[in-house]
Amino acid sequence: MNNIIKRYIPQILAILFVVLIFGFLTLNAQTNMDNRGIDFGFGFLSQESSFDVQFSLIEYSGSDSYARAFLVGLLNTLLVSFISIIICTILGVIIGVARLSSNYLIKNSAAWYVEFFRNIPLLLQIFFWYYAALRALPMPEKADAWFGVTYMTVKGYYIPAMVWENLNVFLYCGLAAIIAIIVLRNYANKLRDTQGKQIPVLLYSVVLLIVLPLLSFLFGGVSLEFELPELKKLSKISYIYEGGISLPPELIALVLALSLYTSTFVAECVRAGIEGVSKGQKEAAASVGLTPNQVLKLVIMPQALRIIIPPTTNQYLNLTKNSSLAAAIAYPDLVLVFAGTALMQTGKAIEIVSITMLTYLTISLTIAAIMNWYNKKIEIKEK
Amino acid sequence: MFKIIKQLTSLVAMFAVLFAFSTETMAAKKSKTLENTKKRGFVRCGVSQGLPGFSNADESGNWTGIDVDVCRAVAAATLGDATKVKFTPLSAKERFTALTSGEIDILSRNTTWTLSRDADIGLTFVGVNFYDGQGFMVRKGSGISSTGEFKNGTSVCTNLGTTTELNMRDFFDSKGISYEPVVFEKADEVVAAYDAGRCDTYTTDKSGLAAQRTKLSAPDDHVVLPETISKEPLGPVVRQGDSVWEDIVRWSLNTMIEAEEYGVNSSNADMMKTSNNPAIKRLVGAEGELGAAFGLDNDWNLRIIKQVGNYGESYKRNIADTGILPDRGPNELWTKGGILYVPPAR
Repeated sequence: MNNIIKRYIPQILAILFVVLIFGFLTLNAQTNMDNRGIDFGFGFLSQESSFDVQFSLIEYSGSDSYARAFLVGLLNTLLVSFISIIICTILGVIIGVARLSSNYLIKNSAAWYVEFFRNIPLLLQIFFWYYAALRALPMPEKADAWFGVTYMTVKGYYIPAMVWENLNVFLYCGLAAIIAIIVLRNYANKLRDTQGKQIPVLLYSVVLLIVLPLLSFLFGGVSLEFELPELKKLSKISYIYEGGISLPPELIALVLALSLYTSTFVAECVRAGIEGVSKGQKEAAASVGLTPNQVLKLVIMPQALRIIIPPTTNQYLNLTKNSSLAAAIAYPDLVLVFAGTALMQTGKAIEIVSITMLTYLTISLTIAAIMNWYNKKIEIKEK
Repeated sequence: MFKIIKQLTSLVAMFAVLFAFSTETMAAKKSKTLENTKKRGFVRCGVSQGLPGFSNADESGNWTGIDVDVCRAVAAATLGDATKVKFTPLSAKERFTALTSGEIDILSRNTTWTLSRDADIGLTFVGVNFYDGQGFMVRKGSGISSTGEFKNGTSVCTNLGTTTELNMRDFFDSKGISYEPVVFEKADEVVAAYDAGRCDTYTTDKSGLAAQRTKLSAPDDHVVLPETISKEPLGPVVRQGDSVWEDIVRWSLNTMIEAEEYGVNSSNADMMKTSNNPAIKRLVGAEGELGAAFGLDNDWNLRIIKQVGNYGESYKRNIADTGILPDRGPNELWTKGGILYVPPAR
């Protein structure tokens, strides 16, 4: 009996304590809001927002609701996080491997890169890229064409827009190609396991991925045209490009800062992962006659990944949360659009901040879930 | 078992502390603000992060501006010393939360009085200390001389969380012009981005444009367009629910304006005690018991005029002499063709 009390009473009390604190905080907020005549409620979400947003992935104007403004901000946050995660992973792997190179120059440049970018506060880096870029980039009328059709200017990076006809047919063909590749891979694995035959899966996959969508152009009525950005005069001295897609400098600066900063941490994870695989593994693999490529692909990487994935997940989560620094340079992310403008125009601080917090929590948990799933997949399968 | 009792008592003690704190915050209903201010010994005032003429700090941290003077007037009235103010610089986004959460007691930060702000979010506007309107600044070389010449695709730099963002949309929508809003949290960032050529035009209240223009690398290369696209009555704000404090702030501002109307200023205020005009005598505390209504002594208004000066002095010192807006425009007394008109202090 005494044992049971000792074991459970403190836990029950702890739970009670947490519940009471939350209860108290809610009550206190409620009382203070009542005193000051502030209503609590989420009805504002369906009201007209009446402000515009600079850059949006979906159709949006001031006559849309606050809920749609929220969606605009959310998509912009996801966009900048997604692009930055991909770039920082590619950069991180390259730099991480480079740090292990036997070439003195490559090894040390990589080390300097890591030390430099990870030791300067991120906000400063964002400001640097933004204002340095603004100062350094040419005005639209003076910009030289990159690749003949794109223009990097102080007002943004202008690229041609794709105008599709029957885009869905094209997408279905792409989907069919991907399914075919998966089936082919499974078949090839089975063939290898049962009969020991090897077929060039990679080659077939590439052919499938090119040929199927190509067929859609020939027989599916799909066509693609490019709309090129063209210079337009706004006033005596100011110009802008019209047509095509404009990527705002805020987005570019943010992606640059986030991916350069986070890539240093990813690089360190990669280095730790590869160094974590014991030398004996490599030597043993070589001694059974595997080529260096096969050693890396079949022996080193599967083991290194187990060490690399969990800390890299942390870096992806950090990157996503750090993207909220966007507000400093006018990139319309969730914090700027929803927890900024929408909060100011409605005054619903508690509601909006809690929605924003929940949203970030959901994004982070989703990323963590995906990475955990991947981690499980590559784990040692113990029988 | 003994250990558990010990844990319990510490828990109870913690709750006692928490609830004691909560009753204190809940009891802040009746003019606690004045009491707390007196106890604290200074007025807590929210201002901008640097807007010359309105609220701006110099290198040594001294705040000046007409918004600053409102808080100084309240300090002079309630504490007897216009210097006893603690200024908290706030971004447009932070300002209302700082006020409603009780971090500051007066928000005097070029804030536009609108219906939804007044009625919806627990704030009370006490008056207007500057009549303003939204305008646009462009580069002189652009040849643009009126807002009618803006074309589709114009990029516009402005501040986050302001009425400006809404007016801008109303304006461009009604003209059927598509535009690119580039919205920053801090005014300095807006200026830097506009200066770097990110935007074709910079929009905010005209007084703000005039003030921020001085921060550009070549102020003379820029011009404010003549059109005004909105009404922006700027004034001090207090929390809802403390009507006495609200009255103190309102009448501190009104005193400054009325003093100018009756020709009472910081240098002649003492002499005015013997004036023949009862209205003037009331204004310098020589007649009537006006202060008693707020729980203040009878010299509260005299102190405001002596230590801070009347509205005209404040305007001249902060806005006219600094070259921001030498012409008073609508911010002239009603007797001189402006629209400054305050209820009588009696």
